[in-house]
Amino acid sequence: MIDQMNALASQIKPATAVSVPVVEAKGLGLTFETNDGPVHALSNVNLTINKGDFVSFIGPSGCGKTTFLRTIADLEQPTAGTLSVNSMTPRQAREARAYGYVFQAAALLPWRTIERNVALPLEVMGFSRTDVAERIHRTLELVNLTGFEKKYPWQLSGGMQQRASIARALAFDADLLLMDEPFGALDEIVRDHLNSQLLELWARTSKTICFVTHSIPEAVYLSTKIVVMSPRPGRVTDVIESTLPKERPLDIRETPEFLAIAARVRDGLRAGHSYED
Amino acid sequence: MDRFRDKIIPVLTILMGIVIAWYIGAYALNAPFQRDLDRRAGETPTTYEFVVKTMTQPKPTLPAPHQVASNFFENTFLRKVSSARSLVYHAGVTLASTLSGFALGTLLGILIAVGIVHVTTLDRSLMPWIITSQTIPILALAPMIIVVLAAVGITGLIPKALISTYLSFFPVAVGMVKGLRSPETMHLDLMHTYNASKAETFWKLRLPASVPFLFASMKVAVAASLVGAIIGELPTGAVAGIGAKLLSGSYYSQTIDMFSALVAGAVVAALLVTLVGVAGKLVERAMGARPA
Amino acid sequence: MTRVYHNWQALAVLVLVASSALSLPLMSGLPSGGSTAIIMISLIAGALAAMATQLSLPRLAVLAVAPHLAAWLLLAQAGQAPGQATASFWVLLAASWLLAWRLASSLSAIKARTRGVDLALRLIIPTLFGVWILLLWEAIVIGAGIPFVLLPPPSAVAARFANSLPVLAADVNQTIFKSVLIGYVLGCSTGFLAAIVADRFVFIRRGLLPVGNMVSALPIIGIAPIMVMWFGFDWHSKAAVVVVMTFFPMLVNTGAGLAADGHMERDLMRTYASGYWQTLAKLRLPAAMPFIFNALKINSTLALIGAIVAEFFGTPVVGMGFRISTEVGRMNVDMVWAEIAVAALAGSVFYGVIALAERAITFWHPSVRGG
Repeated sequence: MIDQMNALASQIKPATAVSVPVVEAKGLGLTFETNDGPVHALSNVNLTINKGDFVSFIGPSGCGKTTFLRTIADLEQPTAGTLSVNSMTPRQAREARAYGYVFQAAALLPWRTIERNVALPLEVMGFSRTDVAERIHRTLELVNLTGFEKKYPWQLSGGMQQRASIARALAFDADLLLMDEPFGALDEIVRDHLNSQLLELWARTSKTICFVTHSIPEAVYLSTKIVVMSPRPGRVTDVIESTLPKERPLDIRETPEFLAIAARVRDGLRAGHSYED
Repeated sequence: MDRFRDKIIPVLTILMGIVIAWYIGAYALNAPFQRDLDRRAGETPTTYEFVVKTMTQPKPTLPAPHQVASNFFENTFLRKVSSARSLVYHAGVTLASTLSGFALGTLLGILIAVGIVHVTTLDRSLMPWIITSQTIPILALAPMIIVVLAAVGITGLIPKALISTYLSFFPVAVGMVKGLRSPETMHLDLMHTYNASKAETFWKLRLPASVPFLFASMKVAVAASLVGAIIGELPTGAVAGIGAKLLSGSYYSQTIDMFSALVAGAVVAALLVTLVGVAGKLVERAMGARPA
Repeated sequence: MTRVYHNWQALAVLVLVASSALSLPLMSGLPSGGSTAIIMISLIAGALAAMATQLSLPRLAVLAVAPHLAAWLLLAQAGQAPGQATASFWVLLAASWLLAWRLASSLSAIKARTRGVDLALRLIIPTLFGVWILLLWEAIVIGAGIPFVLLPPPSAVAARFANSLPVLAADVNQTIFKSVLIGYVLGCSTGFLAAIVADRFVFIRRGLLPVGNMVSALPIIGIAPIMVMWFGFDWHSKAAVVVVMTFFPMLVNTGAGLAADGHMERDLMRTYASGYWQTLAKLRLPAAMPFIFNALKINSTLALIGAIVAEFFGTPVVGMGFRISTEVGRMNVDMVWAEIAVAALAGSVFYGVIALAERAITFWHPSVRGG
């Protein structure tokens, strides 16, 4: 509880450049045993994610980007190497409720209103009633859903549903936000809108965000660090530090700097692919 | 190997648990009467003897599994099929009315479903009644149908088959309506772009789409049909059939006979449902369904 | 062509009315009088009103009155000389029925613009169907003079119903409020608890659910005579049958329901480090509700059947099953039909209450919210 209070306070502070590792993977590997033989979903992944980073994972399907995210979340167990989250094992981090997770779909419970959906993690984690009400109000405001508290998920558009699910992940003030292609199912206009909202939210809260995507512009637009991955076996082929400023209007996507980073990402993806052709 | 560990062993364990519970139940239910008997006879049996006695009474409250098993085996395999004590004979009588009722009911159900799907008036006037009728304990009609038809001289197979028909047409009609309406709008639109007639849409789209629904509801229908046949045998004065066997058993408190009649009913039900299931799988495979 | 297609019932009615004039009177030995004329005139009026592709409101009103007036007068005629119906009677009855069909199909074709009209139509059309079943039943039984024992007319059943209210109430009290309700509550709750236990322990689930599925298909009703032997003639034995019959559907459906939540939702609860019981209460049980209600609905019918059939094997001198079997023996079929009507009513109310509760609790499910 006290940690969460501190986390509340940390929101006010601006993002600092001090490198505190939030996620550290060393020689991480994960092999699934299937009927068709072993599948190497992750192989020898070494990666450090610092506090305040916005890290995108990009790569073709089967490259292990989602698996890596799920491993951080303790939804999959690695078969080799070490992984620490906030200097704990993923399991301890999960039990300490160290992160919020946003799935590909909103995954809102249809029998709960939007506010009760946001309240779900708070109920599970045993927050007090007044605290819950305050947090619902604050997080729904953060994702611009004020006024929709009493609606049911199926009465909202896809974009609004996904925003509600982000609010749900933010409600308990975890410092780390794991997002697995959260805008993949939305159309491009809604996606642009949500991307800029997400950046704004990240600037205001100084959270660490891990973001899985397969859109190059999305990855470049959002990230401070882009991790390019490639399949069979799933591995990291390139890590690109973005040189874009923190303030990013949507039309930054037409600047030469943006296009240069995008080209580098594309090259990285192509290099990972080439042996297949 | 995994199938063995994950399916067969747990199922066998549960079944074994049931048999053990049955034995314990047989001892507990039969012991008071046995104690009474022994006291009157002035006997003081050892515990072992006493337990054995509770499992070997001729008319126990709850027969032990092995008593039922040996009675079932004896009446199924060791008797001539024509004998009135043969369970095969009784099961055959019940099976005959079950199957004729089931066939008639399925046909009727399909016809009604086709009518409901194609005639709006029928859909709006008949469908609510079909759904309501599912909430009605129609089995309550059984004795009346039997007795009334007997009064006008119709006895034997037909009244029982009628009850089975009645019970089995509801699930088929409801399932088929669902099935005939199951094609997606996109597929119906596709047929529309071909300017297909109603009949062509029916034969090429609706009917094939309804096959899985048909077999699923036929499974329910065949079980209902058997229940109908058994209940139909109760008020006929107990001549032949599994229901008659149950009734005569209850008149003379022959619990072992009743239990083995129940086992026979269960075997027939399991056979029928499996048979419909297998037929469904074969048809669906022949139609190119993905093997599950 | 389409004009003929839309109006074939009306055309047929005109032909039928004309042909009925050939074999008057309606009842042999009963002179044709004014009412015969009124029947024919109203049928012709109805047919003429129906001669249009789109029916205006006044035409619809005429069409609504004509067949029912005709049928009512026909019934009155038949009542004066039961069993004496001539060909004219049957022809005119068929004509009235055709007009009623035309009425139903024009009502079905109306595209309701408001919810109120839609609801009214959804009630009126099936009611019309039900009323005509009763009208035809009454007319055929009386007109053809079918023996009372074989099939009593609905009017006789209704009269018997009204005169035997205390007896029927006592039967309902014995069968519904004792055997059915107690057995239903016990069977459903134990089935539910067994499903929770099976869910908690993987091994039990793997063993119990296939066995439950198997047993659900068996003619469990056959245990009725054994239960009567064990628990005596009073309601306890019937409740026991109901318990066994309702247990397995609830077990199997709840088991299926608890497996019905999505992987994503389950992962979500896992990221919250939510415990087994928390996940059960907040995610899995609500997600299983549609399945649980399905079992509750199936069981409502099974419970009634179980209790009534178990009474065929012996009861104290009260109860719906007891009444049916004894009155059948005495050939008092009107009482049997009255009892069946009560059973149908009880079954529908029981089912309706559960369906309403389902709508209230699983309002979020696509099948309920209609989307």
